[in-house]
Amino acid sequence: MKKFAHDFQVVGNTRLNTRHFILELKAAVPLPEILPGQFVQVLVHNSPSTFLRRPFSIHFVDYSTNTLRLLVQVKGEGTRHMGMLAPGDTLNLVYPLGNSFSVPATHKVLLVGGGAGVAPLMFMGDYLNKKNIRPDFLVGFRSADEVSQIDEYSKFGKVYLSTDDGSMGEKGFVTQHSVFKQSPLPYDRIYCCGPDAMMHAVSKLAAEKGVACEVSLENFMACGYGVCLCCITQTDKGNERVCIEGPVFDAARLKWQSNG
Amino acid sequence: MADLKISIAGMEFKNPVTTASGCFGYGEEFRDFYDLGLLGGIFVKAVTGSNRNGNKYPRMAETPSGMLNSVGLQNKGVDHFCEVIYPGLKDLNTQIIVNVSGSTIEEYVKVAERINELEGIPAIELNISCPNVKEGGMAFGVVPSTATEVTRAVRDVYKKVLMVKLSPNVTSISEMAKAVVDGGADVLTLINTLLGMAINAETQKPVISTITGGLSGPAIKPVALRMVWQVFKAVDVPIVGLGGIMNATDAIEFMLAGASVIQVGTANLIDPMVAPKIVKGINEYLDRHNIPSARDIIGALKVC
Repeated sequence: MKKFAHDFQVVGNTRLNTRHFILELKAAVPLPEILPGQFVQVLVHNSPSTFLRRPFSIHFVDYSTNTLRLLVQVKGEGTRHMGMLAPGDTLNLVYPLGNSFSVPATHKVLLVGGGAGVAPLMFMGDYLNKKNIRPDFLVGFRSADEVSQIDEYSKFGKVYLSTDDGSMGEKGFVTQHSVFKQSPLPYDRIYCCGPDAMMHAVSKLAAEKGVACEVSLENFMACGYGVCLCCITQTDKGNERVCIEGPVFDAARLKWQSNG
Repeated sequence: MADLKISIAGMEFKNPVTTASGCFGYGEEFRDFYDLGLLGGIFVKAVTGSNRNGNKYPRMAETPSGMLNSVGLQNKGVDHFCEVIYPGLKDLNTQIIVNVSGSTIEEYVKVAERINELEGIPAIELNISCPNVKEGGMAFGVVPSTATEVTRAVRDVYKKVLMVKLSPNVTSISEMAKAVVDGGADVLTLINTLLGMAINAETQKPVISTITGGLSGPAIKPVALRMVWQVFKAVDVPIVGLGGIMNATDAIEFMLAGASVIQVGTANLIDPMVAPKIVKGINEYLDRHNIPSARDIIGALKVC
């Protein structure tokens, strides 16, 4: 897919909680086709400590308004700066980058996300609905004060919820949720995005239960378009670039040890 | 419109702007963004004698005004380059120069011999300055006698333009420059990355898997400019200058210091359109100063 580098206009900045916000960005030209699982590289601003672009999963695409949304977790100076952007500001993106989640040949689909890793699942839910598939969502957060957008996910499918401290939904990690205690699992395919440890645990569970699983990796990267070879992960084919051959991989192909 | 053409060692560059090895792949990824024919040249990713997997993840750390990398010359080897990559490169309307690396003198010679056979590749850039491999690489580029030896061995088999890429991790860059010119280098490229390190205080661990890596970006520009200037004064061969060039002004500074051609490296990782912007900016600068040709600013630094 052809990549672009364009200035986008900020049209919305919605705070979800103390650590997360959603940026809504409008393109000056008609958006190209974008697929769920793809990401953008954001040029934050010209400060010595935010030298490189930051990668973000695409949270949602609305072709009717020519906008896309990013779900951002505040981690450092770059994301703090992004949190202060206001309507009218511009942000330069390189997009759409990477591969995408596969289109399942089944209706029995589970989308699993944790923390800011839920970002691509909203877009995937909408995309699947347009293909007449209603997935189930299993989303995990630290605690009730970080749980957000459940009503939005519910538009696209049934939502199961867990929090680490049990303040909302079931207590524990997503892998401890009762959804995974069913045998056999009522799904033919799992799509997962979140912290590495969570994705590794979900992929192990999926393998044990014989369900195909795709994960979206979030390795550190410099360019995001395949030239620096910094974001590699070990797979059954050797070192592959997360930004080009990924970010979505068949979990069974990953060696995991390179990602800590 | 100023004349942007530069001729060095019998090679004609349509403008002085080229892309640095390791920051541009084989050019393929940039075709979405612009016509590669706008570039003066492309220095393609390092090629070694056989397949290399490179170093373990993580290979990169963002540092103040720069980045540290430790990719470790990941590439599929010279056979793969000749059979798979080269056919897609040879007809590009720009100069293609292959960066050649190895662990032993024999490996450098083997790769250079193979590349020598390829039509449409007018030069190689001998990489004796990669800081991220255990054997070879920078080890050849920090001792003058071994730098002369590897350059001479390649010179014996390589019949086209021989460029040698110098390491900044030396006491005297002028001495290293003289050593590789003695070995038969036609052109010098400088600088490769500076050996550096990044630490995460919270985890008390190094950020990259190899602990140390190569620092690039604007953080190293003053060091690079100083070295280009010193080498320009020390030897009579043309210089390809790089190190933290982000825009046309940076590029012009390198040319004033003595570079005939410049390479854009890390900036390609941040702005995929940067190289043609620099071509345009150099032209605007020359017009604004009523300078007829890009050649006129090479080494034109006004020192009182």
